[in-house]
Amino acid sequence: MNFLEYAPAPESTAILNLREQYGLFIDGEFVDGRGEPFQTISPATEARIASISNANGADVSDAVAAARRAYDRTWSRMSGRDRGKYLFRIARLVQERARELAVAESLDNGKPIKESRDVDVPLVAAWFFYYAGWADKLDHAGLGANPRALGVAAQVIPWNFPLLMLAWKIAPALAAGNTVVLKPAETTPLTALIFADILQQADLPPGVVNIVTGAGDTGAALVAHEGVDKVAFTGSTAVGRAIAKQIAGTEKKVTLELGGKAANIVFDDAPIDQAIEGIVNGIFFNQGHVCCAGSRLLVQESIHDEVVDRLKARLSTLRLGDPLDKNTDIGAINSREQLDRIRELSDIGVAEGAERWSAPCEIPENGFWYAPTIFTGVQTSSRIARDEIFGPVLSVLTFRTPAEAVAKANNTPYGLSAGIWTDKGSRILAVADQLRAGVIWANTFNRFDPASPFGGYKESGYGREGGRHGLAAYLAPATGVDRAAAAAPKAKSATKGSKR
Amino acid sequence: MTGTSLITARERALAVLGGEPDDATLRRYLHGIPGVDAVGLEQRAAGLGTRSIKTASKAWALDRIISLIDLTTLEGADTPGKVRSLAAKALNPDPADATTPRVAAVCVYGDMVPSAVDALGAAHGDPDDGLISVAAVATAFPSGRASLEIKLADTAEAVAAGADEIDMVIDRGAFLAGRYGLVFDQIAAVKEACRRADGTSASLKVILETGELVTYDNVRRASWLSILAGGDFIKTSTGKVPSAATLPVTLLMLEVVRDWHLATGQRIGVKPAGGIRTSKDAIKYLVTVAETVGEEWLVPHLFRFGASSLLNDVLLQRQKLATSHYSGPDYVTID
Amino acid sequence: MSRLAVPKTYKLYIGGAFPRSESGRTYEVLSADGAFLANAAKASRKDARDAVVAARAAVGGWAGATAYNRGQVLYRIAELLEGRRAQFVAEIEEAEGATRAAASAQVDEAIDRWVWYAGWADKFAQVAGNANPVAGPYFNISVPEPTGVVAIVAPQQSSLLGFVSVVAPALVAGNAVVVVASERFPLSAISLSEVLATSDVPKGVVNVLTGSPAEIAPWLASHADVNALDLVGAGDLDWIDLEIAAADTLKRVLRPEQGPDAAAPALGRISAFTETKTVWHTKSMK
Repeated sequence: MNFLEYAPAPESTAILNLREQYGLFIDGEFVDGRGEPFQTISPATEARIASISNANGADVSDAVAAARRAYDRTWSRMSGRDRGKYLFRIARLVQERARELAVAESLDNGKPIKESRDVDVPLVAAWFFYYAGWADKLDHAGLGANPRALGVAAQVIPWNFPLLMLAWKIAPALAAGNTVVLKPAETTPLTALIFADILQQADLPPGVVNIVTGAGDTGAALVAHEGVDKVAFTGSTAVGRAIAKQIAGTEKKVTLELGGKAANIVFDDAPIDQAIEGIVNGIFFNQGHVCCAGSRLLVQESIHDEVVDRLKARLSTLRLGDPLDKNTDIGAINSREQLDRIRELSDIGVAEGAERWSAPCEIPENGFWYAPTIFTGVQTSSRIARDEIFGPVLSVLTFRTPAEAVAKANNTPYGLSAGIWTDKGSRILAVADQLRAGVIWANTFNRFDPASPFGGYKESGYGREGGRHGLAAYLAPATGVDRAAAAAPKAKSATKGSKR
Repeated sequence: MTGTSLITARERALAVLGGEPDDATLRRYLHGIPGVDAVGLEQRAAGLGTRSIKTASKAWALDRIISLIDLTTLEGADTPGKVRSLAAKALNPDPADATTPRVAAVCVYGDMVPSAVDALGAAHGDPDDGLISVAAVATAFPSGRASLEIKLADTAEAVAAGADEIDMVIDRGAFLAGRYGLVFDQIAAVKEACRRADGTSASLKVILETGELVTYDNVRRASWLSILAGGDFIKTSTGKVPSAATLPVTLLMLEVVRDWHLATGQRIGVKPAGGIRTSKDAIKYLVTVAETVGEEWLVPHLFRFGASSLLNDVLLQRQKLATSHYSGPDYVTID
Repeated sequence: MSRLAVPKTYKLYIGGAFPRSESGRTYEVLSADGAFLANAAKASRKDARDAVVAARAAVGGWAGATAYNRGQVLYRIAELLEGRRAQFVAEIEEAEGATRAAASAQVDEAIDRWVWYAGWADKFAQVAGNANPVAGPYFNISVPEPTGVVAIVAPQQSSLLGFVSVVAPALVAGNAVVVVASERFPLSAISLSEVLATSDVPKGVVNVLTGSPAEIAPWLASHADVNALDLVGAGDLDWIDLEIAAADTLKRVLRPEQGPDAAAPALGRISAFTETKTVWHTKSMK
């Protein structure tokens, strides 16, 4: 037999207890939406999973009103210690139901179970644990004593890490004392709705977290709602730009986590085997559906051929297929729409003269799939070197000197993340200094931690999620009190200008 | 099994190094090899360790593990009787199941080689042909602290007594002191001592004792050095120091072997030894081999497990697969 | 016997030089009681463009200077301002119709704010950044870095103090700025530029435009090479349109502030124009 064709090792879906249809989660209860319900499907099979309620404007208003009531009557009056205890409860419940959440995530999103099981869901629990402990320590968030919550937070999240992005949004918001209306992505609502069940088990007061499902119009209605004090969005730069325009002139504070086109810079003295793994993890993790993906490989010209050869050999061992199989490395593309975009941009790459190589994978008959692909001979002017593809497609470019590497890495309107691979410590620190990106991984890539701030420069958005900085994004200094001002000569009052 | 020719090994080393294998040349070469990032290496190994090997793949893996085991006894208390018992177990690991494959080799101290050869009888031979080799540890195993003359005599005596494979230890002290030329020369000399009167040669496994080299950069350099000097196999450990075979170290050595094959076309074997006690662990090594150098490496002349208690755990798992219920230690034999 | 005074020509401050507006335009600056004081340059969109180019060219060097050095340079401004205290007091008295005491207080406060912000230069990163205890074998640290080129509409009701209150904090972290001065009180801003030009502030780090904020600000708000927009003094403009224009390239925006306390000294004024960068590195003994 061929050992490497490992026998199927599917994770059982028996652990799921899915409903035929899911309502909106408003004021602690599941209610039917007033819009036309939609189906959520498995992108690996195109099979229907469940019917999902669609929130219209009135539903969104109900959710915001519930969040406002909960903020006024319950959550803003509760002690930080008790808010923290609710978050700890949620963290524990996530751990207890980790396998169920992982299976649901892989089913609905298409990502390999090994990632949802070993990365997404453990990080979700970690995020709630981390911020739980902050809830009664807000004086140390960096905004002076007695910072105040902002109020009702509207949170719109993407489909690439559905439950993890939920955690990134909800955990700091609640710790800081805000209440939440969250809209999951249209194609991946399932785990958010299971999470609503967890909130019921945690006995979280009604209205503190509300979940409204729907498409872009639901999200737009939520962001635009005048009852909202804070907007947090993760998604495309195009939508982020529209949100920034929509909230102009209002009092709303905004955090935007948008697109990226990260450079992964490999110097000729890099620890080569680990660099290859880092390149693979950088762009093929989660099918490349990662805003901080290392989609532009900048490799020193002297080792270009060796790196490309090693990459091809390594990619040939990746296993594409059933997301629920425990040995799957590359799962399904999340939607037909996204698959079309990946194909379109890849075809443009070919038309522009780059050389396309795809790993030899058997593509399943149903569902949405794209084999891991690398483009060599890519120029900085190529579309595939500038546009975010958001798929398993790597563009390889070369450089000759550290200064050239930095210049090419920074030559993009984005600035979310970057990677550096070299054995030389002084070079790592100097290059990291020069890169205009919010997260820089040196001799590693795509690492996430609730204690570590994440977010971009330039058109990759503003604000940070994670760490103390992520907490501050949901707080404002106490009015009339500002430590810095107090320390200043003849300071009279707090700054009123607030960074959005 | 038969080791590689001495002449070609030395010529190849000279060609690769571009000069005589003295301290300076070897240092230049070995320190020019890209470094290892420990965190990344360990993460890759951990990732390979999460492969889920089920049903038919697991059945195949269990049998293959058995056929790759160097069933080992390396105790001061070893006796001819103990070695006979080991050989019997090697020949017939599970008396209740005749379909159980034989192990690859028995591994003993040099003075026990005659007993092992005797006990194996007609089954003594090349494991690639379904027979069982006799491997002998030599060169003042496990410390390697003896003069070269003694190491060579140790080796030659074991080969003369019928050892098919010699598991030598490198001089870790010399390696850590940067005396790469000395380590090279010793390996080359032991390789020479593996030669039999008829011109054939015992296969040479070079034990790095990775637990004493400590850093991955050292392991990588020692692997290259051992291969350059003519080793047919590189082996992690003696099993006599606390840190023996680990998955990251074995992965790293497999990467060296892969790169050597790319550079020269020659296939070198890898033997993790010490500390691998369960089927679950051993399967992780099979996965690591298959996904790093290819599953064509999962044959006795290219991959071995140095182990003693591993065999019984594999047999228990094998019985579980065959009967669908869990077995117990009284249903496998002690050796 | 009275001596005939030699009046000063007030020009723009771009890239370390004092050009007239490329448009050739000026506008009359009047005293509080309506007397003619000077013809200030009326900057055009092309002047704004030139100022952004100068700021972009300067930001790398300024951001790359050591924090200690930036602090010394900012402190040097205070020293020079102190030496020209009488000139600024007289200018403010005339322009704002302020009493000698009020004008003196304004200059004193402006000097003290330079000193306060100068002291932050090598400290704010320690306060705004931190090491992060991540769950893995990594060194992980977050540091604030300058956002880049910051366009500022200075407070409109103040000659000197408003200007200093918004420019100083933006410089602390290493940004380069393009400032649209108070339309009504532009002269102190240009006089201050003369101080900057003779201090150690590298050319292009501060660029000052006088003229109509309503005319110039939209060009800065929509300029793709501007990274952030401080609308503190834009309360009387169509500032929502400016915020919308800024959104095209996701500029960081500070909304208008009104009143005497606008742009009061605060660490938040420094951190508003910084980006938190988080760097991970593996760590191992092996």
